[in-house]
Amino acid sequence: MLSALTQLLIFQLAGEVIARGLALPIPGPVLGMLFLFVALLIKGGPGENLQTTSQNLLQHLSLLFVPAGTGIMVHLHRVSDEWLPLLASLIVSTLATLIVTALVMKLCQRSPAASGEAS
Amino acid sequence: MTQEISQIWVYLSASPLLGLTITLLAYQGAFAIYQRTGNNPLANPVLIAVSVLVLFLTLTGTTYETYFAGAQFVHFLLGPATVALAIPLYTQFRRVRSMLLPVVAGLLAGSLTAIISAVLVARLLGASTSTQLSLAPKSVTTPIAMGIAERIGGIPSLTAVLVIVTGILGAVGARYVFDAMKLRDPAIRGFAIGIASHGIGTARAFQVNEQSGAFAALAMGMNGALTALLVPWLLSSF
Repeated sequence: MLSALTQLLIFQLAGEVIARGLALPIPGPVLGMLFLFVALLIKGGPGENLQTTSQNLLQHLSLLFVPAGTGIMVHLHRVSDEWLPLLASLIVSTLATLIVTALVMKLCQRSPAASGEAS
Repeated sequence: MTQEISQIWVYLSASPLLGLTITLLAYQGAFAIYQRTGNNPLANPVLIAVSVLVLFLTLTGTTYETYFAGAQFVHFLLGPATVALAIPLYTQFRRVRSMLLPVVAGLLAGSLTAIISAVLVARLLGASTSTQLSLAPKSVTTPIAMGIAERIGGIPSLTAVLVIVTGILGAVGARYVFDAMKLRDPAIRGFAIGIASHGIGTARAFQVNEQSGAFAALAMGMNGALTALLVPWLLSSF
């Protein structure tokens, strides 16, 4: 687990350094993900160690958003002043994005392979 | 006795221990409720945990800064977790490759819809400029969205909150939207949820189906990069 976590941090660090060094608009962790993906393609898959650690980390991905979400208490004032535009914007935009993305993908798919249930 | 308790409280409220512990407690409680409802999207664990924490911090008069001094250790793991998304992506790579055209088209359409519709609706309803700017990157994962908001003159910490709310809305609503559309393909469902509601949607997708989760992770990564490129450019042409 320790070595797997170290690997993840090294890829994040590499992503961070290159994104900042080259002033890329892509954030460091996303670049790190890209690097790790390429490394996996070259290596032919993750080791058992990395596989298990990532699974554990991703299983509780939603936990990692709790600290930032709690920040709503700092903005309660603005949120209560502008609640209507904020709420309407978030609801309309989220629904529109879900529908548009799914529709466009469905239209572009030549052979629809429908199987299983999701989300 | 009362004095001793207040001394203990003085110690606890100044140490990162409390912020970290209550974050983990609140989340595990929330997750237990979520599981008890049979993973009902309405019982979203982030929503429940955040509500409990805000209530607790407000009642005890603890500031967010003090809380975050402890909670930052959890927040930090967002970075390595983003990197770890490469693994499900790799596992699903064959399916992704066979869907290259829908993936690229869905990404472009979804990313543009997310940015433009958010800013337009807020503008039509009279939101302030800084609020509009803070809304623009709301569909991408927290660290990316905060970086974008900072660059374009929004309020990064407000953006972080809007990102979380967007994530919860998508995680809660996606199932009903897709069912109404009679859309069954787990790859498309996952990808759309990843575009609209980043990591929280991805977390939800992983709990439902491994393939959905991998496509959500792919969508969230690609949308993060594309939104970082699109937002500054779109806003200058508005």
